[in-house]
Amino acid sequence: MTLTHRYRFSASHRLYNPALSEWENREIYGRCSNPYGHGHDYILEVSVEGSPDAASGRIIASGDMDLLVHDGVLRVYKGKNMNLDIDTFVNGRVPTTENVAQDIRERLERGWPAEGEPFGYTARMPSLSGVRLFETAKNIFDI
Amino acid sequence: MYLVSTLEHLCKGVKEARPAFAMRITRRVDFSASHLCAIPSLSQEENQAIYGDGANPHGHGHNYVLEVTLEGEPDPVTGMVFDLKELKSILQREILDVMDHRHLNQEVPPFDRIVPTVENVSREIWKRLWPKLNLSNARLHQVRLYETEDLFVDYSGEPA
Repeated sequence: MTLTHRYRFSASHRLYNPALSEWENREIYGRCSNPYGHGHDYILEVSVEGSPDAASGRIIASGDMDLLVHDGVLRVYKGKNMNLDIDTFVNGRVPTTENVAQDIRERLERGWPAEGEPFGYTARMPSLSGVRLFETAKNIFDI
Repeated sequence: MYLVSTLEHLCKGVKEARPAFAMRITRRVDFSASHLCAIPSLSQEENQAIYGDGANPHGHGHNYVLEVTLEGEPDPVTGMVFDLKELKSILQREILDVMDHRHLNQEVPPFDRIVPTVENVSREIWKRLWPKLNLSNARLHQVRLYETEDLFVDYSGEPA
Protein backbone atom coordinates (compact mmCIF):
# COMPACT_ATOMS: atom_id res chain seq x y z
CA MET A 1 0.00 0.00 0.00
CA THR A 2 1.19 3.49 -0.86
CA LEU A 3 0.22 6.59 1.11
CA THR A 4 0.79 10.03 -0.40
CA HIS A 5 0.82 13.41 1.31
CA ARG A 6 0.72 16.61 -0.69
CA TYR A 7 2.55 19.81 0.32
CA ARG A 8 2.95 23.26 -1.21
CA PHE A 9 5.75 25.79 -1.35
CA SER A 10 6.53 28.89 -3.36
CA ALA A 11 10.04 29.69 -4.52
CA SER A 12 11.88 31.53 -7.29
CA HIS A 13 14.64 30.38 -9.59
CA ARG A 14 16.59 31.35 -12.65
CA LEU A 15 17.67 28.78 -15.21
CA TYR A 16 21.15 29.92 -16.15
CA ASN A 17 24.37 27.96 -16.52
CA PRO A 18 27.40 30.23 -15.89
CA ALA A 19 29.61 27.86 -17.93
CA LEU A 20 27.64 28.76 -21.06
CA SER A 21 27.43 32.01 -22.99
CA GLU A 22 24.53 34.46 -22.67
CA TRP A 23 23.37 33.43 -26.13
CA GLU A 24 23.50 29.70 -25.27
CA ASN A 25 21.56 30.26 -22.03
CA ARG A 26 18.93 32.20 -23.95
CA GLU A 27 18.73 29.43 -26.56
CA ILE A 28 18.41 26.60 -24.01
CA TYR A 29 16.31 28.14 -21.26
CA GLY A 30 14.43 30.90 -23.09
CA ARG A 31 12.31 33.07 -20.80
CA CYS A 32 13.40 30.97 -17.80
CA SER A 33 16.87 32.59 -17.96
CA ASN A 34 15.49 36.08 -17.27
CA PRO A 35 18.26 37.68 -15.10
CA TYR A 36 15.91 38.58 -12.26
CA GLY A 37 14.41 35.10 -12.01
CA HIS A 38 10.79 34.06 -11.71
CA GLY A 39 8.77 31.88 -9.35
CA HIS A 40 6.28 29.05 -9.05
CA ASP A 41 3.79 27.67 -6.57
CA TYR A 42 5.19 24.16 -6.38
CA ILE A 43 3.17 21.15 -5.27
CA LEU A 44 5.18 18.32 -3.73
CA GLU A 45 3.79 14.80 -3.31
CA VAL A 46 5.71 12.47 -1.02
CA SER A 47 4.76 8.77 -1.09
CA VAL A 48 5.60 6.03 1.38
CA GLU A 49 5.16 2.29 0.91
CA GLY A 50 4.26 -0.05 3.74
CA SER A 51 1.51 -1.85 5.63
CA PRO A 52 -0.80 -0.06 8.03
CA ASP A 53 -0.07 -0.78 11.69
CA ALA A 54 -2.70 -3.19 13.04
CA ALA A 55 -3.58 -0.99 16.02
CA SER A 56 -3.48 2.51 14.55
CA GLY A 57 -4.44 1.70 10.96
CA ARG A 58 -1.70 4.10 9.81
CA ILE A 59 1.35 3.47 7.61
CA ILE A 60 2.93 6.62 9.02
CA ALA A 61 1.53 9.10 11.54
CA SER A 62 0.62 12.31 9.68
CA GLY A 63 2.56 14.40 12.21
CA ASP A 64 5.72 12.36 11.63
CA MET A 65 5.42 12.73 7.85
CA ASP A 66 4.83 16.47 8.20
CA LEU A 67 7.88 16.78 10.45
CA LEU A 68 10.18 14.92 8.03
CA VAL A 69 9.01 16.90 4.99
CA HIS A 70 9.08 20.21 6.83
CA ASP A 71 12.56 19.70 8.28
CA GLY A 72 13.99 18.08 5.15
CA VAL A 73 12.44 20.19 2.41
CA LEU A 74 9.95 22.95 3.21
CA ARG A 75 12.25 24.67 5.72
CA VAL A 76 14.86 24.83 2.95
CA TYR A 77 12.68 25.77 -0.03
CA LYS A 78 9.66 27.72 1.24
CA GLY A 79 9.77 31.35 0.10
CA LYS A 80 13.37 31.13 -1.11
CA ASN A 81 15.37 32.17 -4.15
CA MET A 82 16.91 28.83 -5.10
CA ASN A 83 19.95 30.26 -6.89
CA LEU A 84 20.88 32.51 -3.96
CA ASP A 85 19.51 30.77 -0.84
CA ILE A 86 19.88 27.00 -1.34
CA ASP A 87 23.35 25.48 -1.01
CA THR A 88 22.71 22.90 -3.76
CA PHE A 89 22.35 25.69 -6.33
CA VAL A 90 24.52 28.59 -5.15
CA ASN A 91 27.57 27.13 -6.89
CA GLY A 92 26.00 27.36 -10.34
CA ARG A 93 24.10 24.06 -10.49
CA VAL A 94 21.00 24.92 -12.50
CA PRO A 95 17.74 24.64 -10.51
CA THR A 96 15.75 22.97 -13.26
CA THR A 97 12.82 21.13 -11.77
CA GLU A 98 14.61 17.85 -12.59
CA ASN A 99 17.50 18.95 -10.36
CA VAL A 100 15.13 20.31 -7.70
CA ALA A 101 13.17 17.03 -7.59
CA GLN A 102 16.44 15.11 -7.22
CA ASP A 103 17.65 17.45 -4.45
CA ILE A 104 14.33 17.06 -2.61
CA ARG A 105 14.51 13.29 -2.83
CA GLU A 106 18.12 13.28 -1.56
CA ARG A 107 17.24 15.57 1.35
CA LEU A 108 14.34 13.30 2.34
CA GLU A 109 16.53 10.20 2.08
CA ARG A 110 19.26 11.78 4.23
CA GLY A 111 16.77 12.52 7.01
CA TRP A 112 14.72 9.33 6.66
CA PRO A 113 14.62 7.21 9.87
CA ALA A 114 15.60 3.53 9.67
CA GLU A 115 12.93 1.50 7.85
CA GLY A 116 10.99 -0.95 10.01
CA GLU A 117 12.01 0.85 13.21
CA PRO A 118 9.68 2.95 15.37
CA PHE A 119 9.82 6.73 14.87
CA GLY A 120 7.70 9.26 16.74
CA TYR A 121 4.12 7.97 16.70
CA THR A 122 4.82 5.60 13.80
CA ALA A 123 5.15 1.94 14.80
CA ARG A 124 7.37 0.87 11.86
CA MET A 125 8.88 3.40 9.48
CA PRO A 126 7.78 2.72 5.89
CA SER A 127 10.08 3.20 2.91
CA LEU A 128 10.16 6.42 0.91
CA SER A 129 8.67 5.24 -2.38
CA GLY A 130 8.30 8.34 -4.52
CA VAL A 131 8.58 12.09 -4.94
CA ARG A 132 6.40 13.94 -7.46
CA LEU A 133 6.97 17.63 -8.02
CA PHE A 134 4.53 19.87 -9.90
CA GLU A 135 6.33 23.01 -11.10
CA THR A 136 3.00 24.14 -12.54
CA ALA A 137 -0.18 22.18 -13.16
CA LYS A 138 1.29 21.29 -16.56
CA ASN A 139 4.91 20.39 -15.70
CA ILE A 140 5.22 17.32 -13.50
CA PHE A 141 8.37 15.44 -12.42
CA ASP A 142 8.61 12.02 -10.75
CA ILE A 143 11.70 10.63 -9.08
CA MET B 1 2.92 -18.17 -26.41
CA TYR B 2 1.79 -21.39 -24.83
CA LEU B 3 5.41 -22.29 -24.08
CA VAL B 4 6.08 -18.90 -22.49
CA SER B 5 3.01 -19.07 -20.30
CA THR B 6 3.82 -22.64 -19.31
CA LEU B 7 7.35 -21.64 -18.36
CA GLU B 8 6.07 -18.69 -16.36
CA HIS B 9 3.63 -20.97 -14.67
CA LEU B 10 6.35 -23.41 -13.70
CA CYS B 11 8.82 -20.73 -12.64
CA LYS B 12 6.38 -18.96 -10.39
CA GLY B 13 4.88 -22.15 -9.07
CA VAL B 14 1.47 -20.53 -8.79
CA LYS B 15 -1.88 -21.82 -9.97
CA GLU B 16 -3.08 -18.51 -11.37
CA ALA B 17 -0.37 -16.95 -13.51
CA ARG B 18 -1.35 -13.31 -13.83
CA PRO B 19 -1.68 -12.37 -17.48
CA ALA B 20 -0.24 -9.01 -18.47
CA PHE B 21 -3.18 -6.95 -19.65
CA ALA B 22 -2.62 -4.13 -22.07
CA MET B 23 -5.11 -1.50 -20.98
CA ARG B 24 -6.30 0.17 -17.82
CA ILE B 25 -9.55 2.01 -17.35
CA THR B 26 -10.45 4.15 -14.35
CA ARG B 27 -13.79 5.27 -13.03
CA ARG B 28 -14.07 7.98 -10.41
CA VAL B 29 -16.87 8.28 -7.84
CA ASP B 30 -17.20 10.31 -4.68
CA PHE B 31 -18.95 9.88 -1.39
CA SER B 32 -19.24 11.86 1.81
CA ALA B 33 -18.94 10.24 5.19
CA SER B 34 -18.02 11.02 8.75
CA HIS B 35 -15.52 9.17 10.88
CA LEU B 36 -13.40 9.37 13.96
CA CYS B 37 -9.82 8.11 14.22
CA ALA B 38 -8.88 7.01 17.71
CA ILE B 39 -7.66 3.88 19.48
CA PRO B 40 -10.11 3.33 22.35
CA SER B 41 -7.43 2.11 24.78
CA LEU B 42 -5.35 5.31 24.39
CA SER B 43 -5.91 8.69 26.02
CA GLN B 44 -7.31 11.62 24.07
CA GLU B 45 -3.86 13.26 24.18
CA GLU B 46 -2.19 10.18 22.69
CA ASN B 47 -4.84 9.86 19.96
CA GLN B 48 -4.47 13.55 19.20
CA ALA B 49 -0.73 12.99 18.72
CA ILE B 50 -1.30 10.11 16.29
CA TYR B 51 -4.31 11.37 14.34
CA GLY B 52 -4.32 15.15 14.89
CA ASP B 53 -7.74 16.72 14.42
CA GLY B 54 -8.99 13.32 13.24
CA ALA B 55 -9.24 12.22 16.88
CA ASN B 56 -12.01 14.67 17.79
CA PRO B 57 -14.35 12.43 19.87
CA HIS B 58 -17.51 13.58 18.07
CA GLY B 59 -16.07 12.79 14.64
CA HIS B 60 -15.76 14.85 11.47
CA GLY B 61 -16.31 14.26 7.75
CA HIS B 62 -14.70 14.17 4.32
CA ASN B 63 -15.65 14.26 0.67
CA TYR B 64 -13.89 11.06 -0.31
CA VAL B 65 -12.92 10.58 -3.95
CA LEU B 66 -12.44 7.00 -5.12
CA GLU B 67 -10.68 6.05 -8.35
CA VAL B 68 -11.17 2.43 -9.35
CA THR B 69 -8.81 1.12 -12.01
CA LEU B 70 -9.43 -2.09 -13.95
CA GLU B 71 -6.92 -3.74 -16.25
CA GLY B 72 -7.93 -5.91 -19.15
CA GLU B 73 -8.24 -6.48 -22.85
CA PRO B 74 -10.93 -4.77 -24.88
CA ASP B 75 -13.51 -7.33 -25.97
CA PRO B 76 -13.16 -7.87 -29.75
CA VAL B 77 -16.89 -7.45 -30.31
CA THR B 78 -17.86 -4.65 -27.90
CA GLY B 79 -14.51 -2.85 -27.88
CA MET B 80 -14.84 -2.50 -24.12
CA VAL B 81 -12.60 -3.72 -21.30
CA PHE B 82 -15.58 -3.63 -18.97
CA ASP B 83 -19.08 -2.21 -19.27
CA LEU B 84 -18.84 1.13 -17.48
CA LYS B 85 -22.57 1.09 -16.78
CA GLU B 86 -22.11 -2.16 -14.92
CA LEU B 87 -19.04 -0.81 -13.11
CA LYS B 88 -21.09 2.20 -12.07
CA SER B 89 -23.82 0.00 -10.63
CA ILE B 90 -21.28 -2.24 -8.83
CA LEU B 91 -19.66 0.83 -7.24
CA GLN B 92 -23.10 2.15 -6.29
CA ARG B 93 -24.15 -1.13 -4.69
CA GLU B 94 -20.89 -2.19 -3.03
CA ILE B 95 -19.47 1.17 -1.92
CA LEU B 96 -21.82 4.15 -2.17
CA ASP B 97 -24.92 2.45 -0.78
CA VAL B 98 -22.76 1.25 2.12
CA MET B 99 -20.61 4.31 2.88
CA ASP B 100 -22.17 7.45 1.41
CA HIS B 101 -23.62 9.75 4.08
CA ARG B 102 -22.77 7.28 6.84
CA HIS B 103 -20.78 7.51 10.02
CA LEU B 104 -18.12 4.89 9.27
CA ASN B 105 -17.35 3.94 12.90
CA GLN B 106 -20.99 3.57 13.88
CA GLU B 107 -22.67 2.28 10.75
CA VAL B 108 -20.14 0.51 8.52
CA PRO B 109 -18.47 -2.67 9.82
CA PRO B 110 -15.59 -3.47 10.27
CA PHE B 111 -14.99 0.12 11.41
CA ASP B 112 -16.76 -0.59 14.68
CA ARG B 113 -13.61 -2.63 15.44
CA ILE B 114 -10.79 -1.12 13.37
CA VAL B 115 -9.89 2.54 12.93
CA PRO B 116 -11.31 3.99 9.67
CA THR B 117 -8.05 5.57 8.49
CA VAL B 118 -7.77 6.19 4.76
CA GLU B 119 -5.48 3.13 4.68
CA ASN B 120 -8.08 0.83 6.25
CA VAL B 121 -11.00 2.28 4.24
CA SER B 122 -9.12 1.70 0.96
CA ARG B 123 -8.38 -1.90 1.98
CA GLU B 124 -12.07 -2.47 2.83
CA ILE B 125 -13.09 -1.03 -0.55
CA TRP B 126 -10.66 -3.40 -2.28
CA LYS B 127 -12.10 -6.37 -0.34
CA ARG B 128 -15.63 -5.46 -1.36
CA LEU B 129 -14.78 -4.93 -5.04
CA TRP B 130 -12.30 -7.72 -5.77
CA PRO B 131 -14.88 -10.59 -5.82
CA LYS B 132 -17.04 -8.62 -8.30
CA LEU B 133 -14.17 -7.49 -10.52
CA ASN B 134 -12.01 -10.55 -11.05
CA LEU B 135 -12.96 -11.81 -14.51
CA SER B 136 -11.12 -13.65 -17.25
CA ASN B 137 -10.59 -10.62 -19.50
CA ALA B 138 -10.56 -7.85 -16.87
CA ARG B 139 -9.86 -7.43 -13.20
CA LEU B 140 -9.43 -4.86 -10.49
CA HIS B 141 -5.94 -3.36 -10.69
CA GLN B 142 -5.91 -0.59 -8.09
CA VAL B 143 -8.06 1.57 -5.87
CA ARG B 144 -6.95 5.12 -5.12
CA LEU B 145 -8.82 6.77 -2.27
CA TYR B 146 -8.50 10.48 -1.57
CA GLU B 147 -9.52 11.43 1.97
CA THR B 148 -8.69 15.02 1.04
CA GLU B 149 -6.96 16.56 -1.95
CA ASP B 150 -3.73 16.35 0.05
CA LEU B 151 -3.91 12.80 1.41
CA PHE B 152 -4.50 9.62 -0.58
CA VAL B 153 -3.76 5.90 -0.70
CA ASP B 154 -3.07 3.54 -3.61
CA TYR B 155 -3.85 -0.10 -2.91
CA SER B 156 -3.58 -3.15 -5.17
CA GLY B 157 -4.32 -5.95 -2.74
CA GLU B 158 -1.80 -7.99 -0.79
CA PRO B 159 1.19 -9.39 -2.70
CA ALA B 160 0.56 -13.00 -3.80
